Amino acid sequence: MNKYHLSSVPKVVLVFILLTCSLGSYAQSAQEKGLAIAKERKLRDSGWGDSTGDMSMILRNAQGDKVERKMRLKSLEMVDDGDKGLTIFDQPLDIKGTAFLSFSHPIEPDDQWMYLPKLSKVKRIRSRNKSGPFMGSEFAFEDMSSFEIEKYNFRYLRDETFDGQSSFVLEQVPTDKDSGYSKQIIWVDKKHYRLLKAEFYDRKGSLLKELVNYDFTLYLDKYWRPKRAEMYNEQNGKSTELVIHHINFNTGLSDNDFNQGTLKNVR
Amino acid sequence: MKTLISLIAFLPTIVCAEIKYTGSAAAEQRYFFQDALNPQQERANFSVYFAPELYTSFNEGNDSLLFKGFYRFDQQDTERTHADIRELKWVHSGEEWDIQTGISKVFWGQTESLHLVDIINQTDGVEAIDGEDKLGQPMVAFSLYKDWGNTTVFVLPYFRERTFSGDDGRLRPPLSVDTDNPIYESEDEEKNLDWAIRWQHTLGDWEVGLSYFDGTSREPDFVLGTDELLEPSLRPFYPQIQQTGIDVLAFLGGWTIKFEGIQRKVLEQDFTAFVGGFEYSFVGLFNSVYDVSWLMEYQYDDRENVTNVVAQNDLMLGSRLVFNDIDGTQILAGVVQDLDYSNVSSGFIEASSRINDHWKWRVDAWMFSSDEPAEPSYLVRRDDYIQLSLEYYF
Repeated sequence: MNKYHLSSVPKVVLVFILLTCSLGSYAQSAQEKGLAIAKERKLRDSGWGDSTGDMSMILRNAQGDKVERKMRLKSLEMVDDGDKGLTIFDQPLDIKGTAFLSFSHPIEPDDQWMYLPKLSKVKRIRSRNKSGPFMGSEFAFEDMSSFEIEKYNFRYLRDETFDGQSSFVLEQVPTDKDSGYSKQIIWVDKKHYRLLKAEFYDRKGSLLKELVNYDFTLYLDKYWRPKRAEMYNEQNGKSTELVIHHINFNTGLSDNDFNQGTLKNVR
Repeated sequence: MKTLISLIAFLPTIVCAEIKYTGSAAAEQRYFFQDALNPQQERANFSVYFAPELYTSFNEGNDSLLFKGFYRFDQQDTERTHADIRELKWVHSGEEWDIQTGISKVFWGQTESLHLVDIINQTDGVEAIDGEDKLGQPMVAFSLYKDWGNTTVFVLPYFRERTFSGDDGRLRPPLSVDTDNPIYESEDEEKNLDWAIRWQHTLGDWEVGLSYFDGTSREPDFVLGTDELLEPSLRPFYPQIQQTGIDVLAFLGGWTIKFEGIQRKVLEQDFTAFVGGFEYSFVGLFNSVYDVSWLMEYQYDDRENVTNVVAQNDLMLGSRLVFNDIDGTQILAGVVQDLDYSNVSSGFIEASSRINDHWKWRVDAWMFSSDEPAEPSYLVRRDDYIQLSLEYYF
């Protein structure tokens, strides 16, 4: 029969409810905003169909020594699924003619095959090794996979200017437990929704790598692609530079070009 | 005739098209740890090989021509010095199909320690003990690529004999193999028209292959005979066979399951053989960039009392270490233990790494342990060796 006790309970409950409501709606809106920005970014880069290109990967160690990898890339945009990609290696010469075929999926692990020309063998490989380095470079296999909304949980952090461009800063946390990253912080420009910069945090939560995209070029009056990307490993001082020599769209690629049966014909 | 006319019609385009020239060459030094069973077999052996490749494509990539040659010179063994056309083929591609005409190399299978279903190409036995090097196979192969799988039909008009080390070489049986006088079950001998069909499909985390082969067996049996010098020799006997094969790969959790099985009808002795096992990988061991994989495969063959069957009841254990460094360094090691005879086993280690864009080094070592005359590895029990190679790529 303590009057004070009885009347304070609803007050405490009311304050508690109001507090959680406002906190909840604040968190909800940051996640919703993050997701909306990510969706717009995906939308801006949709409908390109197929592409063919040449690229180089220049690997540098902390002392500045470098080696170059050369490869050709073919990509096919899939409706309701991740992109299909075919990478044919030209350099180093001992792996020349080796081909890597990948079918990205939003939630399921990617399907991947490797064609080994010396044995004329097509080998199905595990994509759960996605956190491993691609060709000894600072790009992991998962970094080479297509960007899909379902692969991350997004959260809007703040606005920031990067390289003179007004940008959104988002946090994206991979949904796949086999990912090598605990989270990524990305800078997306407000005007064109292009990825300008990304920070990758390892499983222990420390900053591992930083990616910066340079020289954005417009293709087919709609699609922005960087001509250069640099991935710098903060922990060991090594870096990998990706240079796109040229890229063509609507080159008439079809599912048949991305089939493990036709890999044997690839040169 | 039609294909010849269309090929001639394309000739101007071929001549104007860009021809890519690439290939590899290597110098290999072998050192055998023990004296051989025969006095004429040496302890040290040097050989070189040259493998050029020419490729061109025309008609917007729908047609291509490929040539892959091979030549090896061996210091001691005249049988090991040999040349081969590994591939010489024209590939014509359609929307969901292609047709290959000429000499080609085809690989079927999923397992690591033994290749049971891989039957199209003859083994170039004189190259390496693991039997992974193959001779070019003349064929016409038509492939269909559909949602329900990839199917290929092969017409194999010419048979190639297996190569074997000569008297001056090592890793051979005590009697020389008389490759000049083979015996064929077929009266058409090497011109017997063989054929094969294979269906292969991906189903999520599964890869399945079914195959059927009808023709001359690539694996010879041996018959005691005498050669031209009236010396005792082994004459290879090639019977006619019908072989059904199945190969499967599956990802189950962190495990990769691999399996191959065959059922072969040959003369009066039909038999079944299979090899199966798993691989488990540790990616980024202890938060490093190294990957380690463990492999285990069991080999079984239900033939009894046949002395040229190596994998009757054997267990393979292997490990692969990938450094993921700029030089692509990796080490592979394995042991095969005979479960019928505890004193019969073999082991190998392979390591390789790039030196720069053109050069690569490789080390291979094999060890054979056997005190059992009933097992084929008894013949090579003194042939443990290490091989150092320097490879050049261009």
